[in-house]
Amino acid sequence: MNSALKLVIEAPVAAKLGMIIVLLNVLAAVFAPVIAPYSETEIIGDTWEGGFWDSEAPEHDPPALLGTDHIGRDLFTRLIYGARNTIGIALVTTMLAFAVGISLGFLAATLRGSVDQIISRSVEVLMAIPTLIFALMVLSVLGTEVHILIVVIALLDATRVFRISRAVAMDVEVMEYVEVAKLRGEGLWWVMRHEILPNTMAPLLAEFGLRFCFVFLFIAALSFLGLGLQPPTADWGSMVRENAEGINWGIIVPLFPAGAIALLTVGVNLIVDWFLHKASGIRDIE
Amino acid sequence: MDQLIAMVAKRLAFGLVTLFVISLIIFLGVELLPGDLAEALMGQAATDENVAAIRAQLGLDRPAHTRYLEWIGNLMSGDLGTSLATKRPIADLLGGRLVNTLFLASVAAIIAIPIAITLGVLAALYRESWFDKTISMVTLSFVSFPEFFIAYILIYFLAVEFNVFPSFSKSTADMTLWQQLYSISLPALTLILVVIAQMMRMTRAAILSVIASPYIEMATLKGMSRPRIIVFHAFPNALSPVINVIALNLAYLVVGVVVVEVVFGYPGVGQLLVDSVSKRDLPVVQASVLVFASTYVLLNLLADVLSILANPKLRHPK
Repeated sequence: MNSALKLVIEAPVAAKLGMIIVLLNVLAAVFAPVIAPYSETEIIGDTWEGGFWDSEAPEHDPPALLGTDHIGRDLFTRLIYGARNTIGIALVTTMLAFAVGISLGFLAATLRGSVDQIISRSVEVLMAIPTLIFALMVLSVLGTEVHILIVVIALLDATRVFRISRAVAMDVEVMEYVEVAKLRGEGLWWVMRHEILPNTMAPLLAEFGLRFCFVFLFIAALSFLGLGLQPPTADWGSMVRENAEGINWGIIVPLFPAGAIALLTVGVNLIVDWFLHKASGIRDIE
Repeated sequence: MDQLIAMVAKRLAFGLVTLFVISLIIFLGVELLPGDLAEALMGQAATDENVAAIRAQLGLDRPAHTRYLEWIGNLMSGDLGTSLATKRPIADLLGGRLVNTLFLASVAAIIAIPIAITLGVLAALYRESWFDKTISMVTLSFVSFPEFFIAYILIYFLAVEFNVFPSFSKSTADMTLWQQLYSISLPALTLILVVIAQMMRMTRAAILSVIASPYIEMATLKGMSRPRIIVFHAFPNALSPVINVIALNLAYLVVGVVVVEVVFGYPGVGQLLVDSVSKRDLPVVQASVLVFASTYVLLNLLADVLSILANPKLRHPK
């Protein structure tokens, strides 16, 4: 724990900035009901009332810091709950993608031969189809419920995770200690879990950050297109969509959720950059 | 030479297989619909008789493989089927929109590619300088931003605050080229910013890996001038990765237009696709997905073939 603390203190400014951004977002997501002054769907005023910058905006108690959205809900509250929903779903999706991708990648690397060939070729074909287009196609057939969304995106993203975990596992799999474990009679699962996984942790962790950004932006884009999370759930992508019209009258409401998405992605990227710089050379493959 | 042809042929074959699998997925995707298209069409009004009637009308009562072959055959001859929502032939819907989408993507590509390559090469040559660091920081942010964030910031400043460009991109047949360019200025600018950021980072990485190679160090140690090293030693070897970067980004552009088209209400294939997905107009979804996926596959194919041709090393796989 001490060394981890030291690592954080010695991190460059950019990485610290990234950590602060991520921490703020996590706090907002976890403690949403405590922080938010209103409830997620409560209507408190008129359409697009101004926030703290607008002296003529009607008073509210507690004050509506950032004004109201297109149907008069407190924008700040929506943003906080949006953090919870948007980040939560992106995180679950990324974890599912990693569970599937790493299992398949390690299997392919340990078993090689026809198993490797079959999985690798199928993944190659899947990766040749643009993700957004593929997702739109599948969602148009299956509908846009949250669990379908999560599974579809996770499976599409698992192809990328498979590629990198197979590549790093290939390098570890030829090591003597893996050979020893196999000769000792350890099972396939044990070898993958106790020998390969710990030794591929660093590059996979960095990849997790990058994949999370990708999934997060992807879900935001789908929600923005009206095909992700459905109202009245607060979610940053759909908030941009719902308030988009306002921009033509100079109402900056859509910029808040869009900016929140941008900020968190930059934050995660800053941390990943620093992490890769420390363990340098890992990311050069792609 | 034979090996070269074999490699290109192998790559082309893989491209064809991919296209085949894509068409199969697109076809089967609709097959797997709970119930079938006829039931989905009728919705609440579905009775056994009228569902059967629609099935016969759409030819759904015949086996899947005959319908697949028929579908592919019709596609080849330019018949994309009929839209469920508008009852119009899909080819009519798609044709004009495809031209619009390609127009937007090409304008963005023509402007973005030279700028991105130049910036990328400069950043690689002056690595770790303030120029490189600033550019890296800026591009990292742009890569992290969702397209719609950039788009709405541009709309806010360039269309609403200072009324320079239109926030809504029309495209009609009677517009002159100049009017069309003006109309798509903001969506094009959005795409350009995103693509420059991505391409610049990739170009920088590609050039850096070439500059780090031993033969460049050798040339430097021999006392060769820097311009000469770059033009005669680094450039030919950097060509293959840079071609790859360009093609990958063109492929990205084709897909990236979807969100941008929706933001600016531009009548392209992307907007049609999103509309049809929310209306569940499956034949139109199928056709537009096919258009996007095949363009993407073809551009990736082009990237690989060009980089095989430009890189002698790839011709002799171990």
